[in-house]
Amino acid sequence: MTIKSILAGATLALGLASGAFADADKTKVGFVYVGPVGDGGWTYEHNQARLAVEAEFGDAVETVFVESVPEGPDAERVMTQMALGGADLIFTTSFGYMDPTINVAAKFPDVKFEHATGFKRADNVSTYSARFYEGRAVQGLIAGSMTKSNIVGYIGSFPIPEVIRGINAAYTQAKKVNPDVEFKIVWAYTWFDPAKEAEAATVLIEQGADVILQHTDSTAPQAAAQAAGNVITFGQASDMAEFGPLPRVSSIIDDWAPYYIARTKAVMDGTWTSTDTWDGIGAGMVGIGEISSAVPADIKAAAEALRDSLADGSYHAFTGPINKQDGSVWLADGETADDGTLAGMNFYVEGIVGDIPQ
Amino acid sequence: MDLSSINPILLLASLMVAATPILLAAIGELVVERAGVLNLGVEGMMITGAVSGFIVAVSTGSPLLGFAGAAFGGAFLGLLFGILTQVLLSNQVATGLALTLFGLGLSALMGQNYIGVKAPSFPDWDIPVLGDIPVIGPIVFQHDPMVYVGLILVAATWWFLHKTRHGLVLRAVGENHDAAHALGYKVIRVRLLAIMFGGACAGLGGAYLSLVRVPQWTEGMTAGAGWIALAIVVFAGWKPWRLLLGAYLFGGVTVLQLNLQAAGVAVPVEYLSMSPYLATIVVLVIMSAGRAPGSLGRIFHASR
Repeated sequence: MTIKSILAGATLALGLASGAFADADKTKVGFVYVGPVGDGGWTYEHNQARLAVEAEFGDAVETVFVESVPEGPDAERVMTQMALGGADLIFTTSFGYMDPTINVAAKFPDVKFEHATGFKRADNVSTYSARFYEGRAVQGLIAGSMTKSNIVGYIGSFPIPEVIRGINAAYTQAKKVNPDVEFKIVWAYTWFDPAKEAEAATVLIEQGADVILQHTDSTAPQAAAQAAGNVITFGQASDMAEFGPLPRVSSIIDDWAPYYIARTKAVMDGTWTSTDTWDGIGAGMVGIGEISSAVPADIKAAAEALRDSLADGSYHAFTGPINKQDGSVWLADGETADDGTLAGMNFYVEGIVGDIPQ
Repeated sequence: MDLSSINPILLLASLMVAATPILLAAIGELVVERAGVLNLGVEGMMITGAVSGFIVAVSTGSPLLGFAGAAFGGAFLGLLFGILTQVLLSNQVATGLALTLFGLGLSALMGQNYIGVKAPSFPDWDIPVLGDIPVIGPIVFQHDPMVYVGLILVAATWWFLHKTRHGLVLRAVGENHDAAHALGYKVIRVRLLAIMFGGACAGLGGAYLSLVRVPQWTEGMTAGAGWIALAIVVFAGWKPWRLLLGAYLFGGVTVLQLNLQAAGVAVPVEYLSMSPYLATIVVLVIMSAGRAPGSLGRIFHASR
C-alpha cells in the first residue's frame, strides 16, 4: 500500500465519520454567515445567538453553521446543502442572501427560512432585522458633540437601505447638535476586509476626520483610530469594549438570541408562520454599549436621554422637519418616517454631500 | 469635490505601507516560481504567518520575534507543500489550492484565543536627519522597519538571482529541471529551499497585516492579498524590480481611490473600487508579460 492510498483512505474515512450521524428527533437549525465567527462584530453576535439557542434547548436541537459564505450563487449552494442535510430552520444572516434564500425556499417548502435585513418574504420565509438606525442616532449625537474638526468619517459597506438609513440617522442627530458638522463617506464594498477597513479609516483621519463611524464588521478601524490618537470610534454590531475608553466611546450591540430562541421554539411547537420582525432599542434587539468616561458628562446624559426616548417610543429617530438631499420635503414638522420608506431608503437627507453609488 | 483635502505626501507615504504585505508575499512567490514551482497556497501561508506572528508577538511582547515566528510559520506550511509536491509528487495546482484552504482553517484554529487581543506596538522609525528632509522625508524615511525589509528583500533577491552562482542554479532548475539534474544539481533540494523562502516571505507579509497594518488578529484577515501577490508575480514578468513597481501601483491605486472617495470626487464609486484591478490588467497588457520559467508547474522525478 502506497502512502498516497493510505492518505486517500484516511480522508474517505474522515468524511464518512463526520457525515454519518443524523437524528430524526432533533430540530436541526442551520446558520449561514457572511464572515468568520471570529470577526468580533456582526457574525460573532449571530454566532453568540446560535450558542444561546443550543444552551436553551440542549439536546433537543442540533445547530450547524457555515461561515464566510460569499453573497451570491455560493450561498444558494450552501443553503441547498443544509436543507438536504435535514435542517428544519435556516437563518441566512446577510442582506445579500435575499434572492438565494427565496430561490432555495421555493425548492424546499417544508423547511423554514429566516432572512436577516431583507424585504422579500414567502410562506416559508420570514424576515427579521433590528432598528440599528436608532443606535446610529445616538452615535450621531455623540459624534456631532465631540468632533473638533467638524469632520466625521463614515465607512460604509455597500450602498443598501440598511447602511444609508444609518448614515441619515447619524447625520440628522449630529447636525442637530452641531450645525457645522460634515460627513465624509467612503464605501469599502465589503463587509469584512480588515486591511481595507484600516486603510479607509486612515484615509478619513488623514483628511481631517476626528470621529470614525463604521458600518463594516471588523475591529480594524478601531485599531487605526487608536494608532492615530485623538480620534473617537464606535463599536459596530458587537461591543468592541477592548478598544475603550478611547477610541471606542460607545457601540451598537446586536442581540439576536431572544429572537433565535423564540423562532426555534415556534418550529418545535409547529406554530411558525412567516412574519416580518423589526425591533429596536425598546425590544432589546439593539443595545447601546456603555458610553465611556472619555465622553463629557453632559453629552453622555444627552445621549442616554435620546436612547431612552427611542426605547420607550416617545421619540422617532426620523422626526420632521427633514428634507431630502435635493431640498424637497421628506417629513413635515413633527411627522415621523414610516417603515416602508425606511426599509427601502435610497436617498440622503439634506446636508450630506456626495451621491449614493447606484 | 475638494481635492485639496488630499495630502499628496501622506498619500505617497501610505502607498508604501499599503503595498508592503503584497510586496513581501510576492517576492517570495517570485523566487518559488523562478525555481519552477507554482505554489498557489500564498494566501494560506500568509494567513498562517499572520496568526503565528501574532501569537509569538503577544506571548513574548516583541514584534520583532513575532515577525521571526511568522516567517517560521509560513516556511513550515511551505515545507509541507514542498514535501507533498516534490517528494510525494502531488499535483502543484491542486496542492496549492488545498494549502490555501488548510491555512485558512489552521489559522482560525490557532487564533481562537487571540481574538480581540492587542498586539504590542511596533513604532515607526523616524530616521534622524533623513526623516527631516521636507517632502521626501515623510514619504520615504518615516516608516516602520518592515517597509524597508521589503525593499531590501527585493534588492537582495535581484542580486541573488542575477549576480550569484546559486541564483544561476536556481534559475536553471526553474528553466529546465532535467538539464539541471543531468548537470548534477539537486533539483528537489533547491526547490524545497525556494519554497520555504517563499513561505517565510508570505508569512512576513501576513504578519505585517496582523502586527502593523490592522494590527490585531481576525480570522480571514488577509482577505485575498495572497491572490493579488500571485497576480503581481505574473504582472512583473518574474522580474524583481518590476514586482516592486507592480506592488506600488496596486497599493497606490487602492489608497488613491479611497482618498478620492473621501474627498467627494464625482466619479462613480464602482469605477474607483475596480481601478486597482483595472490598472493592473492594463499595465499587464502594455508591458507584455515576460516569459514564464520553462519548468514552471511541472512535476520532476529523477527517473523520467
